[in-house]
This record gives sequence, C-alpha cells and structure tokens, in this order.
Amino acid sequence: MAWSTVPPAEVPDIEDSKVNIDSVADGDIVFENVSFSYAGDPDKLCLTGIDLHIRSGETIGIIGGTGSGKTSLVQLIPRLYDATLGRVLVGGRDVRDYELDTLRNAVAVVLQKNVLFQGTIKENLRWGDENATDEELVEVCKLAQADPFISTFPDGYDTFIEQGGTNVSGGQKQRLCIARALLKKPKILILDDSTSAVDTRTDALIREGLKTYIPSTTKIIIAQRISSVQDADRIIVMDGGRIDAVGTHEELLKNNAIYREVYDSQQKGGNEDEQA
Amino acid sequence: MNKLKKGVMARLLDYIAGRHKREFTVVIACILLSGVAGMAGNIFMQVIIDDYILKMVKTGEDLFGGLLAVLLIMGAVYLIGALGTLFYNRTIGVIGQKVLKEIRDDLFVKMQKLPISFFDSHTNGDIMSVYTNDTDTLRQFIVQSLPMMVSSFVTIIFSFCVMLHYSLPLTGIVLLVTVIMLIVAKCMVSYSGRYFKRQQDSMGKVNGYIEEMFGGLKVIKVFCHGRAAVDDFKKINEELYDNALRAGGASNIMMPVMAGFGNLEYLLAAVAGGAMALFGDGMFSTTIGTLISFLGLIRQFSNSITQSAQQMNSAIMGFAGASRIFALMDNEPEADEGFVTLVHAKEENGLIREDAAGNIYAWKYPHEDGSVTYTKVEGNVVFDHVDFSYDGKNTILHDISLYAKPGQKIAFVGATGAGKTTITNLINRFYDIADGKIRYDGININKIRKPDLRRSMSLILQDVNLFTGTILDNIRYGRLDATDEECIEAAKLAGADSFITRLPEGYYTVINGDENNLSQGQCQLISIARAAVADPPVMIMDEATSSIDTRTEAIVQAGMDRLMEGRTVFVIAHRLSTVRNSKAIMVLDHGRIIERGSHEQLIEEKGQYYQLYTGAFELE
Repeated sequence: MAWSTVPPAEVPDIEDSKVNIDSVADGDIVFENVSFSYAGDPDKLCLTGIDLHIRSGETIGIIGGTGSGKTSLVQLIPRLYDATLGRVLVGGRDVRDYELDTLRNAVAVVLQKNVLFQGTIKENLRWGDENATDEELVEVCKLAQADPFISTFPDGYDTFIEQGGTNVSGGQKQRLCIARALLKKPKILILDDSTSAVDTRTDALIREGLKTYIPSTTKIIIAQRISSVQDADRIIVMDGGRIDAVGTHEELLKNNAIYREVYDSQQKGGNEDEQA
Repeated sequence: MNKLKKGVMARLLDYIAGRHKREFTVVIACILLSGVAGMAGNIFMQVIIDDYILKMVKTGEDLFGGLLAVLLIMGAVYLIGALGTLFYNRTIGVIGQKVLKEIRDDLFVKMQKLPISFFDSHTNGDIMSVYTNDTDTLRQFIVQSLPMMVSSFVTIIFSFCVMLHYSLPLTGIVLLVTVIMLIVAKCMVSYSGRYFKRQQDSMGKVNGYIEEMFGGLKVIKVFCHGRAAVDDFKKINEELYDNALRAGGASNIMMPVMAGFGNLEYLLAAVAGGAMALFGDGMFSTTIGTLISFLGLIRQFSNSITQSAQQMNSAIMGFAGASRIFALMDNEPEADEGFVTLVHAKEENGLIREDAAGNIYAWKYPHEDGSVTYTKVEGNVVFDHVDFSYDGKNTILHDISLYAKPGQKIAFVGATGAGKTTITNLINRFYDIADGKIRYDGININKIRKPDLRRSMSLILQDVNLFTGTILDNIRYGRLDATDEECIEAAKLAGADSFITRLPEGYYTVINGDENNLSQGQCQLISIARAAVADPPVMIMDEATSSIDTRTEAIVQAGMDRLMEGRTVFVIAHRLSTVRNSKAIMVLDHGRIIERGSHEQLIEEKGQYYQLYTGAFELE
C-alpha cells in the first residue's frame, strides 16, 4: 500500500530501559561480536565483529590510524550510540539494561572534542559531581596536572571560562576536562585522545596519577603517541574497524606489523624520542 | 547618547533616502498624495451635505446632476489616494530590501578588514545576530514603521489645519483630549519599550545558551547533565516569556486605550458640535455638513496618533538595531601603515627591476625623495629584543631575539602556554609587538603592507579550514591566478596527488566545509598543497601534524619536507621527531627563550630540552 512507506513516528534512538538497575557492579566490559554503523546500515559498518573482554581495573591502550574505529568503539560503552549487531556488556549486564543515567554516571568519557561551558572553573568541574567540596576539586586538578596553571590565574578556581573555553589553551582545556571526568569517580574512565595537546612529560604525570588514585577503575586510553599507551596492561591495535591485535607493548612490537610501524615512525627522530 | 542617535539617524537616512533618491522621492510624494486624498474626501462630505443634500431637503430644488458630479470627483480622489498607498507600500518594500542588502554587504566587507583581536573579544553569536536580528528589526522599521509614521504625520498636520479652519472651539476640545492621549501613550511606550529591550536581551541569552549546549551535546550526555541543562534553559526561557509578555501586553492594550481616547474625542466633539449647530452663533456656530466632516477628520486624526504611538516601539528597536549595526561598522579596521609592497621582479647583472613577468619576488621600497629600492625576497627574518602583550598589561613574550636565515628551519618547543604560537602570530602581524623590532629581509615589518607581508608567507595550522568547493578550488586558494596544472603540480609536491586521483571525481571532488569524507590527514595534505601553490619564501607550521596519526604523519611529513626545501620555516611541534632536524631549536618557557641551539647542542647541554627529549625527569 502507498502509505506503508510512511516512516514511523519519531522516537528517540537511545531509549531508557524498562528494567531498573540502580548501580553498575564494576568496570568489567565485554564486546560480543559487535558491529556498528552510524547510519544503522549493515553495509556501511565502521566496526566489524569486535570480540573483546576488558577486566575491571585494567588499563587498556588503543592505537590506530584516523578512521580505524577507535572512537566509535568506546562510544558504545556509555551508549552514545547502540551497537548495530551484537551486544556490549558493562559490569556483567547488557548496557541496554541500565538506566542511561546510571550507566553514564559510572562511565566517564573525556571526548576528543573537549567542551567547557561559560562559567567559572569550579562550576565547570562540578559537572562531574555537583556536591564536590573545594578540596576535592583541587585534588582532581592536581591529578590532572591542572592545578599548577589554575593557581597562576589571578582568580584561581574562580576564573571565568568564556563560551567554548576560548580563554584557556588547548592543553589547559584538556587537563580541565580530565579533572572534570575524574570528579565523577567513575568505574570506567575513557580518555579519547585527550592529551594530544599536552606535552609528553605532563602526559606521563597524568597517567601516573591515574594509576595511584583510581587503581580499581578500568582505564581506556586512546592515543596517537605510543608513549601514552606503552605501559598499559594491554594495547589494542585497531585497523579499518577491526581489532588487528591485542597484547602488551613488547608482544606487539614483536608480533604486530602496524604497531611496529607506528612505533618506528615515532622513533625516527631518535632512539630515545618520547620515551617518557 | 543623543549625539550617537543623531549620527545613527543621519546615516540611516543616507542608506534609505540618500542612496535611493528617486524611489524615496516617489514614496514621499505618494504618501503626501494619499494623505491629502484621505483628507479631501472628508472636505467633500461638507460640500455634499451643506451644498446639496440639505439644500435639496430645504428647497426641494433638483441638484442631482451636481451631486453626481461631486460624488464622481470624490470617488476619483479616493481612488488616487488608494493607488498612492499601494504604490508607496510597494516601493518602500523594495527600498527596504535594497538597504538591507547594502548593509549586509557593507558589514561583510568591513568584517574582512577587522583585526584578529576584534574576533578574540566578540563571540560568533554576537556578530551573527547583527546580521540576522538587527537587520531584521531594521527592515521592520523601514518597511512598516517609517512609512506609517510619515503618513500619520502628514494626516495629523493636514487634518489639524482643516479642523482649525472649520471650527476653533471644537479644535480646542480635540487638542485637550489629544494632549492627555499623548501623555498616556508616552508612559505606555516607555513601559513597553523597557520590556522590548529586555525581551531582546533575553532572546540573545536564549540563543547563546542553545548555541553553547548544542556545541557541547556529547559532553552533556556523558555527564548526564541533560536535566540540569533543561532546568537552566527553563529559567532563561521563562525570563524571555516574562519580558515578551509584558512588552507585548503593554503594546497590545495600547491600541484599545488609544481607540478609547479617540472615541472620547469623537463623543465630546459630536455633543459640542451638535449644540453649536443648533444653538450657537458667531464663532461658536457650525453647519451640519461641517460637523460631519469635522467628525470624520477627528477619526483620521486620532487614528494617526494611535498608529504613530503603536509604531514607536518598533522604531526604537529598529534604531537600536541600526546603532548596533553602525557600531560594528565603526570598529577600527586593522591598521596598515605599511608602504613597502611585494612585486614580481627580474634580476639582471645583479640589478633587480620590477617586471610583471619576472620569476622572483622583490620588496619595493619607495623613499621620501622619490627614489625606489628593490630588495629580493629571500625570507630572512630577525627578531630584535621583542616584547609582546595582548592587553598592554601582562607581558606574554619577553625580550625575544632570534634570526632565521633564508632556507633555515627554526623550531619552537615548550609547554602549552609558553608563547610558541604567539611568536608566529607576530611574524605575520596578526598582532603588533609592544617593543623591539622584527625585520624581514632587512625591512622593518611595520613598513610592509600587511596583505603583501602575508602573501609572502604561508601558515599551516593544526585545524585545517577547507571551504565549500572542489579540491582544485581549495588548492587554488593559495594563489588565485594559479592554473589547474600548477595546482596539480603543487598537490604532487605535497604528496596529495595520489589520494586525490583515486577519488571518483578526482580534483573536481566537491568538499562541503566541515562535512566531507576526507580524513584529517587528507585535509592537511590539501592544505599543504594550498601552501605549495602559493610558493612563499617563508612558512609557518603550527602543530600541523599533531592531530594526525603517526602513520599518516609519515606521508604528510614527506610532503612538508619537500615543501620546506629552500624556504625559511618556523615549526611548532610537540613531537620532537618533527623538530629534530631543525637548524636551531628555541625552547620557550613562560614567554622567554630559555635554551637555543641545534638538537645536538641542546642534548649536550642537558637542560630543559634534554629532559623533554629523553624523558629524563623525575616523576613526583
């Protein structure tokens, strides 16, 4: 019939689940044969057949070229998008079983495109936890290596951030966004290329801080720099929407061509380059 | 304030009347015509009643022929009036659109001349609203309020004169009520005007909030901040609702209140006039026909006053819009006192002379005595004790001295906020230095015309801006007169040719601003080709490869290396592998150069660079 082609009434893509589970057990993540397409079209997949188990408290590095599917992969964890095929489990349950707020409160994501909002630094940080004390704010900022530069501002933590965060530098913005995410005390922390504008030394300090401050949190670090992921428990190499290899830095150096190529290209400048 | 307003009025008039003299004269003429025609109709009423109808009733004389003639004339007059109204409404609409087009053009032209510092201190939304909101209020003013107010003014003056002529005492009554009416109107206009102003402000807030939340959509989701955002939005939306309600409410009751006064005027004049017709004599007498005409005039008179009062708010808002438009136009353009220009030249026997077909570029330096010196453009850049501050208070760069000889690669490294990008912004004079000197091929860069200075160098940034158009168009952006072959040659040099030719449409693939299917690396390759086609002696690369993955970087890097050959290059990078082979590396810290030298020297020194490079630092 002619009107059978009329699309159904607009419904939100991501719908809150009916089952009421009020907490996420732990930071355990499972991808079960997951494929994903932004258009929902199985012919245009940007992730194909992902099978992966990340144990709670693990530190996972993800490496891969632009367009290899790194960001798409992690966006399925807090349900910014739903898997087209297969399913994603967090804390042992399908992500679709949680209430969205419950899930997202347990998963902190520092996005590639960091956004700060008009308001003071304090107000921005409290997005992570509106009841956080001033001491807690300083604590997370120290961990994110943001405290040193914030203290140099005349107004300190009350410095007003302009719309879009135009009055702080790229590296400063990234560190503020990491601090904001830490304040959530998440079960899972995802850093999506969040330290690209931060120098290698500060980057290392941040990772060191994470290790000691939130040891039980699952940490997923997407990066371009090998140095940012090489001390992770396991490193995932993504290529063309598939997992090319998983392993430690040493294993991948030995067995994975892509990883070695990336590593070599970053070492070209000198043997000791960016070992921090 | 008053002075500015006057300026705004004069300039607005120049846009409306000055630039469209013919159309505007027609509009004014038609308004006059329709005003007079409306008035004349009423005067005819007096003639018809007194000279024909009453006469026929009294004497029984047959005056139908004459009456018909008068009626026909009256009909013709009304018709002319109606045509006049139609015509001026149409014409003013055309003028309105023309003025808006000219204003938008002028704004855009002006915008290209403003310095970067202007855009640092104004949000995009702010500037956009001048193009959209403010021009729209102005359009309403020009197309609707202005003609209505002029036509009301004409009617008020004419009808008042005729009323005076008909009866002094009745006009006195009208005047009395009108004064009260005006006082009430003034109060209401200023009340609603206050809320119209607040309504505009809240509208701006709502727009700004939506824009900001739109940009941060994903962040809102991952922080479950949706509810809080909705609460905040409801608050400012409520404010808008409140102000709009008050502003609209006041202006909505204006009409009935004014109409009430109009009726009162009518009633008082009818009673007084009736008594005068029956019992009055001398100055206080009147005829029935005159009275009916007079009452008609009162209607027109009070309607016109109501209309002008009604239009006051829109006039005030239009004015405010115009003030903002002119304020934007009045911003100081980027100062350019340079007089040294970039010309094509030819070198023969060690002598350089200007030659449009020449294969080299030269700086043309006209001296005060009329003589001209030509200096070959080589890319020799010298910083001599340069200080810089964005706001004149906090010094960002301290005592920077450095030199780059033609063909050398100079790198800046250091933590974020150390001042690396600031230095490069000074070379192309996005900002002017506070103290010291920057010389380019021995010429103080303040003496070089900015467009010529910028033409002689290319800037490659981390975020690539491609414009809507084909890939070929985008490459040609580097030099508008480049041929297709030259663009393709540049793409080959940049290493972009291989991926472009694999695209189905090749060089004619259309790119749509930000929404294109090219990867970041591919976009960067196009931007490098764009720089290559410009073929400048100096290049600045600011983190050009930091958001590209390292595999793609290898390709991009190869393109850049080819491009850098024989040019003076300033490189900013976090990846030390990118800067390693520089002639000199400047390590910046808090706006000062704390170390300088070649890679080997700096490693030898075991200072900051050594730490950055080897990671030999202690973790706390």
